[in-house]
Amino acid sequence: MAPKLPPQHSLQHSSTAVAGGPSQEHHAHVAHPKGVMRWLLTTNHKEIGSLYLIFSLTMFFVGGIFALVVRAELFQPGLQLVEPEFFNQMTTMHGLIMVFAAVMPAFTGLANWMIPLQIGAPDMALPRLNNFSFWLLPIAFTLLLSTLLMPGGGPNFGWTFYAPLSTTYAPASTTFFILALHIAGISSILGAINIIATILNMRAPGMRMMDMPLFVWTWLITAFLLIAVMPVLAGVITMMLMDINFGTSFFDAAGGGDPVLFQHLFWFFGHPEVYIMILPAFGIVSAIIPTFARKPLFGYASMVYATAAIALLSFLVWAHHMFIVGLPLTAELFFMYSTMLIAVPTGVKVFNWVTTLFRGSISFEPPMLFALAFVVLFTIGGFSGLMLAIAPADFQYHDTYFVVAHFHYVLVPGAIFAIMAGVYYWLPKWTGHYPNERLAQCHFWCSIIGVNLTFFPMHFAGLAGMPRRIPDYALQFADFNLLSSIGAFFFGASQLLFVLVVVLCVRGGQKAPAKAWEGAVDLEWSVPSPAPLHTFETPPVFHRAQSHD
Amino acid sequence: MTENGAQQAGVKRTVIRTVAVLIGMFAFAFALVPLYDVFCRITGLNGKVDTTAKAIIHEEIDQSRFITVQFITRGSAGLPWQMSVEARQMRVHPGQTAEVDFTFTNNSQRESWGRAVPSVSPSSATTHLRKVSCFCFQEQQLQGDERLTIPLIFQLARDLPEDIHTITLVYTLYPVQRVALSPVNNNKSAGDSI
Repeated sequence: MAPKLPPQHSLQHSSTAVAGGPSQEHHAHVAHPKGVMRWLLTTNHKEIGSLYLIFSLTMFFVGGIFALVVRAELFQPGLQLVEPEFFNQMTTMHGLIMVFAAVMPAFTGLANWMIPLQIGAPDMALPRLNNFSFWLLPIAFTLLLSTLLMPGGGPNFGWTFYAPLSTTYAPASTTFFILALHIAGISSILGAINIIATILNMRAPGMRMMDMPLFVWTWLITAFLLIAVMPVLAGVITMMLMDINFGTSFFDAAGGGDPVLFQHLFWFFGHPEVYIMILPAFGIVSAIIPTFARKPLFGYASMVYATAAIALLSFLVWAHHMFIVGLPLTAELFFMYSTMLIAVPTGVKVFNWVTTLFRGSISFEPPMLFALAFVVLFTIGGFSGLMLAIAPADFQYHDTYFVVAHFHYVLVPGAIFAIMAGVYYWLPKWTGHYPNERLAQCHFWCSIIGVNLTFFPMHFAGLAGMPRRIPDYALQFADFNLLSSIGAFFFGASQLLFVLVVVLCVRGGQKAPAKAWEGAVDLEWSVPSPAPLHTFETPPVFHRAQSHD
Repeated sequence: MTENGAQQAGVKRTVIRTVAVLIGMFAFAFALVPLYDVFCRITGLNGKVDTTAKAIIHEEIDQSRFITVQFITRGSAGLPWQMSVEARQMRVHPGQTAEVDFTFTNNSQRESWGRAVPSVSPSSATTHLRKVSCFCFQEQQLQGDERLTIPLIFQLARDLPEDIHTITLVYTLYPVQRVALSPVNNNKSAGDSI
């Protein structure tokens, strides 16, 4: 028998907080549209959260299939399956879809579901805006994916779309790519505004900022990052649009522009963007580890400050992506040291997680397994990041598979494992059922083997000099690539287990009580499982005793 | 209900502030374009060369140092021109005024406009390279099959950093559409360059 925790009902808020029967009936006579219209018009944060998560999971498989096309081509040296032009479109689309359509919407979905529940708010601050920001996403990514069918093909210039590759030499569909990215960007911005407005104004009476769960804190900081950098992305792609269609020369040296300016602007957005994809993961892991170690989180305040420090530093390190463009020595040194400085707050976080585990009473349910794997594997990604931060070493590593290994270690067993940990953690709250323990364990072990088999050999291929984004490679890299491709297909297939677990959990399974996990403390565990459509219509009384200090 | 009203007001205030930041950041992205240009020009980073002519400074020639100045010329796909230089490299003393001839050849029958855009490497040498006269200050017009030789007159300032022994000047030819927008300082600097 799996170490299922004894159901411990602790509905200490039920008298004041949980909207019980009367409020449900109150809403019953509001005419709700049925079928598709219900989802199209919903303003409920839980339904919109579910929409985000389903969309994200779908796009995770679309982006995954693109990755498998890449890995299939790289299975052995030589060109065998796809044309190099199509290979380029696959690497580009894989990156774009995974970043903008899988990871970011997954975090927004979790934020929609959990932030109101964690701060005791009845819904998001701007529910209609919430609906709009979700429905922009399917539009944006249908448009983006449709470019693959256009004459000349889809974007083929890498997810970083460096000018002039993405302006002068780009396929004709690039204008559609720009429009799609604009729409996706507006969606993220509106989501961020909503999250900030909710967190700052709608906390339960008595809940101070420093009482908020870390998932709420990390999302608040992430939302500020989004507000600060998504407009810069919008500016960059608008400049591209004008260079392509209106004869300006922002990035064209012939007209007095500068291609390096593109890289500065892109990475001024791009580096905070990579933290946008990891900070909420920190929040999820900071919720799960204390729950399953049955100890309060070690160093709550330092976690908050470390997150804020990482966010601030993220604006000062962008040029570490551009060490070889010919920066002057002073700039190389500045960006090298500021990048290394990020290891300090990140180290604080890892230290706090490990210290939370120290002498804890640990059990290994699926969410905890994913969270622990996150801590270990994200740290490996962090270390390879430190290696890349050393400017002279980066001259060697730049644009090799070492970089690919680095950012996949922080994004796959980093961001994506944290999302999966969060899903396993909160599934009982969403569905009222525990996920199937055996299948979830199987999913975890398959994922962890798959992820390491795929990405660990890439370190060696990269150190040996294999360049990224090329459909063919020299013979000496054959073994590493063979392993990576086998790992990738294994990892991809094992994600079908995840879908199976989620579907089974929605349809049935062991019933979960309100407080589904023994060590869980945050407010969301005070509402019944599954969480009713409307919760906290009367604000709950927040007890400082369960806060973090 | 007053609490609810206060909450609504709070939400409104937050939204107004975040939207203001949004607009500010969007404008900031565009403001970075001229700022970046100014920054590169002042610091000489990125090899950005001042496209206005400098007067010759009469200073003592530093006979103790020789600097190798290399010239690289590159054509462009959109312009049927060839650009060549009389000497691929030359050795000059800091403080010395030097002259080198560049030849532009139009390989097509049609007249066209082009511009040679300079870049200096290492970028820390940029501010010490004083161009007295350069074809890169203005756009060039070549008739069909025309060949044109224009000199570059430059001087290396004496305060050139000690660790610089070689300076590479790269000229890349770009086509110019006369109807399209062209950089503001082109025609203005054309007059005072001679």
